[in-house]
Amino acid sequence: MSAHSMVITAALMTLAGLVAHPALSQAKAPTLDDAAGRYDIDGSSQINFKVGQVGGGGISGKFTKFSGTFQLDRGDIEKSVVEFALFPETVQTGEPRIENFLRSTAVFDTASYPKIVFRSTKITRTGEDTAQIEGNLTAKGTTRTEHFDATLTKWNRRVIGFHIQGGVYRTRYDMSVGIPIYSNIVEFDMMVNGQKH
Amino acid sequence: MLRNGPDTFGWVTILLHWTIAILIAGLLVLGYIMTRPDIDPMLQFDLFQWHKSFGFTALGLCIIRVLWWLASRHPVAVAGLSVREKWASFAVHILILCLTLAVPFTGWALASTSTLDIPSFYFNLVVIPHLPLDKSTVAETLWTTAHAILAYGLAALVLLHAAAALHHHFIRHDAVLVRMLRSRRS
Repeated sequence: MSAHSMVITAALMTLAGLVAHPALSQAKAPTLDDAAGRYDIDGSSQINFKVGQVGGGGISGKFTKFSGTFQLDRGDIEKSVVEFALFPETVQTGEPRIENFLRSTAVFDTASYPKIVFRSTKITRTGEDTAQIEGNLTAKGTTRTEHFDATLTKWNRRVIGFHIQGGVYRTRYDMSVGIPIYSNIVEFDMMVNGQKH
Repeated sequence: MLRNGPDTFGWVTILLHWTIAILIAGLLVLGYIMTRPDIDPMLQFDLFQWHKSFGFTALGLCIIRVLWWLASRHPVAVAGLSVREKWASFAVHILILCLTLAVPFTGWALASTSTLDIPSFYFNLVVIPHLPLDKSTVAETLWTTAHAILAYGLAALVLLHAAAALHHHFIRHDAVLVRMLRSRRS
């Protein structure tokens, strides 16, 4: 039931969008069955992060190379699975020395650990169009359970998008350099878009 | 005696002199090690932060040292110094005092102008604000160069100063070194 109301909400949101864009009104309205399936996370996604620093401000950046899938279960969103991998080598902060430091053994150690991987283990609905994603995050050779909050931002027959946020304690992954000047918490703020497979 | 006498140094001068001397020696060694290109990046980050905290400590003590120097009487030179030697020692002392202020200020300026924008978190206790200077690679490079040149210049002068003190003590057998080691009633 809950999964259906989520999809209905999404469908209504999409329809509202179509009404607002007459040029697209010829498109066929999505049906409930269309939502289920596998989506490949595409390059339009934004994987942003921020680490706060003492006195305000902090380091903001993004990762530009990543991949993953959403597998949305037909009947029950809580049975869906999210898989995600990113390549920390592609970190961008606007300051090359910071990027090189993040790639070094002090932080990601990209030479030894080129990939950071997340795989959901439990998805819990928290509202009309929100869910909490619990899963295993593996970085720098360590796997821990992490939680992210997801909000459905767009959905049509071909594309699904979520705004995903969550904080990760970097001490858990042997990346504790710079504490307490820089916060232990890495705040992720991601727009993750999937293309129907 | 806390204050300087007519031909003796007081304990305040002596304590400041040796505390600052130890800080300068440590900061020079730290500054050299932390800028080696092949250093472990995590160790390098931590050493930079220690360097900044001890550097600000040195700056604070050097400001006190200069104010104390300005407000104190200056013990007369030991007997047997030529006029040229007196001028040379005066010039070296003035230069060292100026550099003990200039070196930490250039360090503060380079931390302030750096595009890395790393806060100066004094011994992880209190944030020391950046100087109001624009951040740019050009400014950072300039202040870094100034900091290094002045710091190694200070190191050279300190070596000269120490060599002169040892010369006075071991060759000339006068009180130049001893009177900076302990205060005596005059």
